Amino acid sequence: MNDELNHLLARTVQGRVSRRAFMGRAAAMGVTAAMANTLLATSLRAQEPVKGGTLIMGLGGGESTNSLDPALAASQVPFHVLRTTGESLVDTAADGALEMRLAESVESTPDAKTWMFKIRKGVEFHNGATLTPDDVLKTLQRHSDEKAQSGALGIMQGIESMKVDGDYVSVTLGTPNADLPYLMGDYHLMIQPGGGIETPADGIGAGAYKIVTDEPGVRHVFEKHANYWDSSRGHYDRVEFIVINDATARMAAVQSGQVHIANRVEPKVAGLLARAPGLEVKNVAGRGHYVFIMHCNTAPFDNKDLRLALKYAIDRQEMLDKILMGYGTIGNDIPINAAYPLFDDSLPQREFSVEKAAEHYKASGHDGSPIILRVSDVAFPGAIDAAALFQQSAQKAGIPLQIEREPGDGYWSEVWNKQPFSASYWGGRPVQDQMYSTAYQSSADWNDTRFFNDEFDTLLLQARGELDEAKRKATYAQMAAILHEEGGLICPMFNDFIEAVSNKVQGWEANGVQEVMNGLAPHKTWLA
Amino acid sequence: MNPILKLLVQRIALGLVLLFAASVLIFVGTTILPGDVAQNILGQGATPQALENLRAQLGLNDPAYVRYFNWLGGVLQGDLGTALTNGQDIATSMGGRLWNTLFLAFWAAVVSVPLAILLGLIAVRYRDRWPDKVISTITLATVSVPEFLLGYIAIFLLSVTFPIAPSLAMINDSMSLGAKLQAISLPVLVLVLTVLGHMMRMTRAAILNVMQSAYIETAELKGLRPFTVIARHALPNAIAPVVNVVMLNMAYLVVGVVVVEVVFVYPGMGQYLVDHVAKRDVPVVQACGLVFAAVYISMNILADVISILTNPRLRHPK
Repeated sequence: MNDELNHLLARTVQGRVSRRAFMGRAAAMGVTAAMANTLLATSLRAQEPVKGGTLIMGLGGGESTNSLDPALAASQVPFHVLRTTGESLVDTAADGALEMRLAESVESTPDAKTWMFKIRKGVEFHNGATLTPDDVLKTLQRHSDEKAQSGALGIMQGIESMKVDGDYVSVTLGTPNADLPYLMGDYHLMIQPGGGIETPADGIGAGAYKIVTDEPGVRHVFEKHANYWDSSRGHYDRVEFIVINDATARMAAVQSGQVHIANRVEPKVAGLLARAPGLEVKNVAGRGHYVFIMHCNTAPFDNKDLRLALKYAIDRQEMLDKILMGYGTIGNDIPINAAYPLFDDSLPQREFSVEKAAEHYKASGHDGSPIILRVSDVAFPGAIDAAALFQQSAQKAGIPLQIEREPGDGYWSEVWNKQPFSASYWGGRPVQDQMYSTAYQSSADWNDTRFFNDEFDTLLLQARGELDEAKRKATYAQMAAILHEEGGLICPMFNDFIEAVSNKVQGWEANGVQEVMNGLAPHKTWLA
Repeated sequence: MNPILKLLVQRIALGLVLLFAASVLIFVGTTILPGDVAQNILGQGATPQALENLRAQLGLNDPAYVRYFNWLGGVLQGDLGTALTNGQDIATSMGGRLWNTLFLAFWAAVVSVPLAILLGLIAVRYRDRWPDKVISTITLATVSVPEFLLGYIAIFLLSVTFPIAPSLAMINDSMSLGAKLQAISLPVLVLVLTVLGHMMRMTRAAILNVMQSAYIETAELKGLRPFTVIARHALPNAIAPVVNVVMLNMAYLVVGVVVVEVVFVYPGMGQYLVDHVAKRDVPVVQACGLVFAAVYISMNILADVISILTNPRLRHPK
């Protein structure tokens, strides 16, 4: 069967092409109606997982410097390695719900200060040891220790005490936090035997695959863990990650069939790649977003009118179309979108308006000296072009924006979070509370907009301790409104996760928590 | 003492001095890079306490010259240290990468050097006629196109449009020699095209220079075939400049192929070095720099020695 017919078939099964259109185009390719019908029926039946085979993923975002220590993971490839070999207590499902993994259930005291995780029984690590609540406790303790340099240290710092209580591990917080279970799904917090205290980088976890070859920055090979506890996941015998940091090489590899899945497809090639036979481009709305950030405590951005002028002077739709080629969604000057649980969509969308921008600019009384915006290509892909678009739209409102190009080297240590007006990006967080407390709470280390608002802080703490979801949603809406109006954040767009996936890969799910199905492609897909 | 032996010892001693000077330069260069290792390892979210701990652990608080001599002492004992970022032994992890780089460079050289010399001879034989022009045009074109573009063109034509060679040059120890050679076919092709022009033109120019000599005329008058005149009489006397340019290109094949490695995802030294530069992993950068300097210096010594040995005037100085 030729590639084009296969491609058509796959799209029909996914409902992107109608049955009638399929029959018509199949006939055009010289396939009889009876034959086309049989093909379609076979394809529709082929939705049962098939066991075995080797999945090869070509991934950007890995370095020779990567370690297997879960605490130290920071880029994409280590993330995928951990998601493939490890298992955490809980996970965030595609719809934002909490999914139980190594914890069977979770309960809390009514004040949301103490949380009890019931640890699953009969789970085996790759080294044959059985999971105990003690392993969980030790893992959490290791990540709480500053010496471990864990990426999850921020999460762990809120914990006052932890203990094992029979089959339970209980965690007591200093202040109430209704979102604690979500935080335990952080990808650094993979449970290791003995907490990984002795050998943190041995790669032994409780996930569906065990690592057999580890060449950082080159490739990682995994084999199925025979005694994996969850039979609904992990269909492959073998999984291979090839680190391909060069975007063109990655696209060539997936086009020539050397890898089944390639991550980080650039928006500008996504449309072209989608036309290639034998593969499909999958995009899903994510929580990551591109931002321009102003320091609310530094002149001239300490003037609310000037901030509003700049917010009105940006053409979000144009930026989405030209920078992301439409592979994204429009931002609304808050770091939260519909992908988050408890999102309130009643906040009106801020539109590009020359009149309002000019009006606020006049009200700000700015002396007309150029407003310097610092950008670099590393801020986000296309940041320099985005800044140029911003400059042009601001000019229409008479706002003199001046672009300063900064070197990518040292951008994160010298410009971001230091200079008063710069471009940057944020990856998503599992819950609203974490996003706000990472970057918008007055006391946050990463308060990159220097946003100090007592009312906002009070509401944040109030929502955190509130177990009633309706009330929390209302509080979050209030906070969003404050940030939308007062904040130093200009958020033009949320970027999609875009991946190129071979037609041979079945069982793909849209999951925008993190890229490549939140790292679950090796677990949930199979080869046809 | 035999003058040739003396010369060899002299050259090698000079090379070592040069290598020492290079090590100082590498160390100074890596120390004045902007940014701080601890900051780069821990990322934007590092707390001051964590930064301080890591700095103390890595010995970053010592003065630079103390760190330099500690490092030099280790290197002299064959200990390149451990990578700051992932704690792996540098000698072990770099060894595999270096081997891969040499493997690729070796096969590129095996193809390109004889080919370049042969094409140079042909170009001289048919000087200013169409074979010369075709060879010159094509090699000039391939040497002028940036190698990443050549790489992408090769991938587009040979692995996407007509899938005959893999676009990923992934090799590992479990592969047979044949499988490895197939995997590296495209990078070898690109490297050959990149270095061919330079070597071929140098060969052509050097031989043409010799062709003006009286003894060539004699050889022609003896009635020798033109190709024999070139290969037997002209080439040996043009060896010195040819060897020099060949060695320069061989050194380039080892230290300058980072772009080709990235395009073809080849696990060689270049990518390894770039990753560690980005993370300010100073010991690894220093070790790579030292290896690259050693390759360059030894290739140049080799070129010098060969030119001297092939030149009787230099072999028997008055």
